[in-house]
Amino acid sequence: MPTVSVKRDLLFHALGRTYTDEEFDELCFEFGLELDEITSEKDIISREQGDTKAEGASDVILYKIDVPANRYDLLCLEGLVRGLQVFKQKMEAPRYRRVSPASSEPQRLVITKETTAVRPHAVAAVLRNITFTQERYDSFIELQEKLHQNVCRKRTLVAIGTHDLDTISGPFTYTAKPPGDIRFKPLNQAKEYTAQELMSLYKTDSHLRHYLHIIEDEAVYPVIYDSNGIVLSMPPIINGDHSKISLNTKNVFIECTATDLTKAKIVLDMMVTMFCEYCEEPFTVEEAEVVYPDGRTCQYPELAYRKETLSADFINRKVGISESTEHIAQLLTKMCLRSEVMSDGEQIEVEIPPTRSDVIHACDIMEDAAMAYGFNNIPRTTPRTYTIANQLPLNKLSELLRQDLAAAGFTEALTFALCSQEDIADKLLKNISETRACRISNPKTAEFQVARTTLLSGLLKTVAANRKMPLPLRLFEISDVVLKDESKDVGARNNRRLCAVYYNKSPGFEVIHGLMDRVMQLLEIKPGQGNGYHIQAADGFQFSPWCFQLPCQTGPTSLPSGAAV
Amino acid sequence: MADTGLVETLLQRVEKVDGGLDSQDVATSLGVDHQAIVGAVKSLQALGDVISAEQRSSKHWELTGEGCEIAEQGSHEARVVSSIPEEGMPQSQLMKLAFGKVGFSKAMSNKWIRLDKGHEGGPRIFKTVERLEDLVRDKLLLVQKGQASELEEKEKNELKKRKLLSEVTVKSYWITKGSCFSTTITKQETELTTEMIASGSWKEKKFKPYNFEAMGVALDCGHLHPLMKVRTQFRQIFLEMGFTEMPTNNFIESSFWNFDSLFQPQQHPARDQHDTFFLSDPAQAHEFPQDYLERVRKVHSEGGFGSQGYKYDWKIEEAQKNILRTHTTAVSARMLYKLAQQEKFTPVKYFSIDRVFRNETLDATHLAEFHQIEGVVADFGLTLGDLMGILHQFFNKLGLKKWVEVGNSGMFRPEMLLPMGLPEGVTVIAWGLSLERPTMIKYGINNIRELVGHKVNLQMVYDSPVCRLDS
Repeated sequence: MPTVSVKRDLLFHALGRTYTDEEFDELCFEFGLELDEITSEKDIISREQGDTKAEGASDVILYKIDVPANRYDLLCLEGLVRGLQVFKQKMEAPRYRRVSPASSEPQRLVITKETTAVRPHAVAAVLRNITFTQERYDSFIELQEKLHQNVCRKRTLVAIGTHDLDTISGPFTYTAKPPGDIRFKPLNQAKEYTAQELMSLYKTDSHLRHYLHIIEDEAVYPVIYDSNGIVLSMPPIINGDHSKISLNTKNVFIECTATDLTKAKIVLDMMVTMFCEYCEEPFTVEEAEVVYPDGRTCQYPELAYRKETLSADFINRKVGISESTEHIAQLLTKMCLRSEVMSDGEQIEVEIPPTRSDVIHACDIMEDAAMAYGFNNIPRTTPRTYTIANQLPLNKLSELLRQDLAAAGFTEALTFALCSQEDIADKLLKNISETRACRISNPKTAEFQVARTTLLSGLLKTVAANRKMPLPLRLFEISDVVLKDESKDVGARNNRRLCAVYYNKSPGFEVIHGLMDRVMQLLEIKPGQGNGYHIQAADGFQFSPWCFQLPCQTGPTSLPSGAAV
Repeated sequence: MADTGLVETLLQRVEKVDGGLDSQDVATSLGVDHQAIVGAVKSLQALGDVISAEQRSSKHWELTGEGCEIAEQGSHEARVVSSIPEEGMPQSQLMKLAFGKVGFSKAMSNKWIRLDKGHEGGPRIFKTVERLEDLVRDKLLLVQKGQASELEEKEKNELKKRKLLSEVTVKSYWITKGSCFSTTITKQETELTTEMIASGSWKEKKFKPYNFEAMGVALDCGHLHPLMKVRTQFRQIFLEMGFTEMPTNNFIESSFWNFDSLFQPQQHPARDQHDTFFLSDPAQAHEFPQDYLERVRKVHSEGGFGSQGYKYDWKIEEAQKNILRTHTTAVSARMLYKLAQQEKFTPVKYFSIDRVFRNETLDATHLAEFHQIEGVVADFGLTLGDLMGILHQFFNKLGLKKWVEVGNSGMFRPEMLLPMGLPEGVTVIAWGLSLERPTMIKYGINNIRELVGHKVNLQMVYDSPVCRLDS
């Protein structure tokens, strides 16, 4: 869940009233948000870096609000306020329009085929005659960062570049070049660098170094030029300094380059819908034309409104309420899903605006209706689903055996299913190749290299960690190990095991032997060479002369394995 | 038992007197330490009503260490007089003697000596009496012989002031015959034996009373692990509610069943290397229901079943990647797919409690593996109200009021259910929570590493109480 922090007073000003913290918390809950924390910049700095660093920092009160992961339309103050005002029925959801420039051709972004190998997609739009204030500007920058972290998946899927259109001139070219051939003055730097130099310059940059890997090993790097050869940006790393926006910028050119076109369109729609209210003609966005290598052209932003038709009955049945068609349409309209009752009085036509990319199915509309209705107002009912319960036989037997093992004086251990290769091989004097162990490719530490193939190592580690306990220690565990098995779809299977350890100053092998006899008795397996069980000396465990192996016989499930220490 | 000889002697003494005896007197007359007599009295008391012993305390006078010295060698002043020769002695020499200082001033006030300050060669002392009566010594000797009562209170207090006498409190017993008095004693039995019962001798025996103050013997028992005890209770709750257990014994799962089948897009951050354990061996799953896989690909990349889809390039290579399952919902997906393959749909209620794995950074509340509890209901016409109702019932059985904080719940999306082949009107509601969190709340454990794994203190396992979730 992303967290959005907004200045409280600014928020209240935009909402046209003030709330107590409790009232606002309640409002958030109703709208599906969570007021996570009430703090200030000063509080945050003093908590993270100490009181002295916090001196002089702003003590303007901040609300930190948790927003559902796919609600990109609530990631900035502008979107939050719009959502809440529509929800409180203080305004109607604005209608976003794409417009052609008044007196000229639209801005064009030409994509060359070289981009195909590295970052093939690009979309663009223009915010014409926008008025920034410090707060609006900060929010504009902040939203880019929030989108980069969330829907853009840390710039891997989409990267956003925003430019002062009056400093550059189209048409723009989105191409890809060898890093040595790209040379420009990047944002907030004093001189020009080649792309190669930039990559090493940003190696130590706490923010930008996280994005270098996206193109680092590519033969060509993506780059956008204007008609005079000025570099707008080298996505997804950095913009050029030349076209940077400021408080005084009037016309903003926004480009999004991407590996996922759907996400690029969503991100561009988000950027323009959130800030076009500050344009001279509010809620309009000037189109830009994107020309593909094959000559096709597309107009952006899409700002697509989509219609879904569903019945009030569908909503009522899924939520478990019985509301009129009109009321349901009203509820949906409050959630920015403008809805109209159709002529039959039963169907509802719902319009999904470009800001609600999260609504991809009627079930999402149903969920919004339930939220607007209030989850706590939905009557709680008991499903009439009649079923007879069954236990999994393997688990049933395990549960029964656990009880009897404890009754036999053994204490249950609970150890990890993941361990180091050493634990199941070297430390048990085995070669890892004979273990059939499944191997993990990305463990953070050696404790998670493999899935265990035996319970014994975990029990021995339990003994080792409990040497201060009075002797003897009698331990057991009934749990799964994992073995490679070609016959399974994933190439591995679990195997339920029982392992027990007796630990004392004298070997006491007969104790573990006795436990095994008891388990066999409980499983109704008789001793004997034929159909029964017997034990025989094994060469396997070299570290103790007392170990045995149990020849496999038919039994209710996989048979226990035992070991004595 | 105290020295039996002493006990018998004591009993004989008691038998001979009519009234009673004081334990101090017995000690004096037998010439043994008083504590030995006290021991004999205590062990006789434990036998029942052989004797009755009433505790008394009396005060008496005793010589201090200094008093003893005087009783033996004479008072300081007397020793001063006897150490001065006829021709006298220089004062400085006298003062060097151990008793010199105190003895000098006392002898002066008794006028037994005189001081010639102007004597040539320094002040010199001469004795003025030839014989003297050392009353102090005489009085102390009286006290020493136990005849302190012959002295007057004033005299005793004066000696006390000089730290020669002290008054001490003596505890003693006044011993008289009890109702079962006998000079022969029977030993108390601690155990009732089969012989006693067989021979009937238990009727005559005296038994040592049981000490109810002490703890009983620590038993040699086996114990179940507290997390597993809680698991048993959760299983019980699900079974009581008519839920059938799912086979979750497959820790290794393909990304297909763990993510794709649940309509989780392939770029989702949960599928990142930082969050999920991927396998290098066996690295890939090699078998999928092909037509279903195709429907999953389609709903992700193109939409369908009423959905817009995610509209991205869905790759089989991502779906094939083997992982350690990140949730048991992967098994729920397999079960629902299986259900959809039935000729006729039947409603089901499923549950599971088993291990899941996350490539987490470990801390007090996060481990790389934990147990997930999951409940699933599939039927025609289930509602959000049903989901909230069944959750309410489930958490009521747990006795947990603040369940919102420990659980997650919802309805499975049509994009997940319809490609499986489940009928259109079937709704599936589900909820999940970790087993560790409620267990930590139940047993008051703050650090998950004190509950799970080989490093836990077995004493915690030994001491953990039974698990009754609803009380």
